[in-house]
Amino acid sequence: MEGAHDMGGVAWSGPVRPEPDEPMFHAEWERRAFAITLAMARPGGWNIDMSRFARENRPPEDYLGLSYYQIWLAGLERLMLERGLVTADEIEAGKPLHPAKPVARTLSADGVAAMLHRGGPTQREAGSPARFAVGDRVRTRMIHPPTHTRLPRYVRGHVGVVELLHGVHVFPDSNALGQENPQWLYTVTFDGRELWGADGDASVKTSVDAWESYLEPA
Amino acid sequence: MTGHDHDHHHHDHDHSELSETELRVRALETILTEKGYVDPAALDLLIDTYETKVGPRNGARVVARAWSDPAFRARLIKDATPAIAELGYAGRQGEHIVAVENTPRLHNMVVCTLCSCYPWPVLGLPPVWYKSAPYRSKAVKDPRGVLADFGFELPDGTDIRVWDSTAEIRYFVLPMRPAGTGDWSEQRLADLVTRDSMIGTGLPKQPHEAA
Repeated sequence: MEGAHDMGGVAWSGPVRPEPDEPMFHAEWERRAFAITLAMARPGGWNIDMSRFARENRPPEDYLGLSYYQIWLAGLERLMLERGLVTADEIEAGKPLHPAKPVARTLSADGVAAMLHRGGPTQREAGSPARFAVGDRVRTRMIHPPTHTRLPRYVRGHVGVVELLHGVHVFPDSNALGQENPQWLYTVTFDGRELWGADGDASVKTSVDAWESYLEPA
Repeated sequence: MTGHDHDHHHHDHDHSELSETELRVRALETILTEKGYVDPAALDLLIDTYETKVGPRNGARVVARAWSDPAFRARLIKDATPAIAELGYAGRQGEHIVAVENTPRLHNMVVCTLCSCYPWPVLGLPPVWYKSAPYRSKAVKDPRGVLADFGFELPDGTDIRVWDSTAEIRYFVLPMRPAGTGDWSEQRLADLVTRDSMIGTGLPKQPHEAA
């Protein structure tokens, strides 16, 4: 979807402001929101693309008006509400009002190290040969799905060159809807002038990682 | 003053110090704990892991090893995930890592324009600026302007290569080894490696800047 999260190249954002000696978290609630979000993925059963869509799928004023961990929190609440793990009246009341929904698994302290070490690898067995090879010229498709996608607006319809092959990976556009549909994944590199025209910097090259169905031969 | 008034006073005091978001997160944790979905001890351990164990010192050790050991450097550039695992760093948000090497002619910079993808096992959690609209928008269109925001410019003739992390591949910059460090140990070299030098928005410290 074309939400406020798709920020590549937008002009309204101002200078980058690094913070000297920045702490990992800026408030106690950020620590707890971070940890709750990681821990709830296990009983909740959602995947990373469902999480991303729950965060990004909101009006621009919300996306831009909330802090980073406030967006995490809003995304988490949405995922839990959709699955009936918590209810709106419980969030309103700030306490449990209904029995817990049975969940298959939870994350115990004993399981934390193994969960983090395993992570969530997205590479899968290749079921077919790659359509493109390193050095091939490709054009990104001009797609506008109303659902989750990882093809940013600023590269759509542009011609680039395949620089790396990464094997076959879970396709986020379908994974956000519960289907892995793994595809070949490529790093595709674009010249600055191709992306930004005369405003572009010819000494800059930018790449995205693009799944095969985002690409056509150029 | 009655006991009731005293309690009421405290109630107001708490509200003045705790934001709505803090209260919401506390309440949510209570709900999820009481329903048996989360274990507070697991939450504490997750926080402790990313506050004290996983962070850019890990990446600095990887860079210092690559600067010191040509065979390791070759393995890192060929396939970074197993090379980094040799030092014990692996897992969540670093399942598929690619190391990209700076040279006198090419400077690499990593961004995630769509969210906040970042190589956690080697750099920890991303700083606020990395997740902010200014960085996410500007890095792909005007990376030299980003470097100016960080207070430096590259020598003339240096091209820039920007890696937008749109998939689960995590990019990690191998900066150039500072001159004048020929006989330095790996440990001393690691002290020169800044977090930003591994994102591409900074350079390693020079020997005279070392602590």
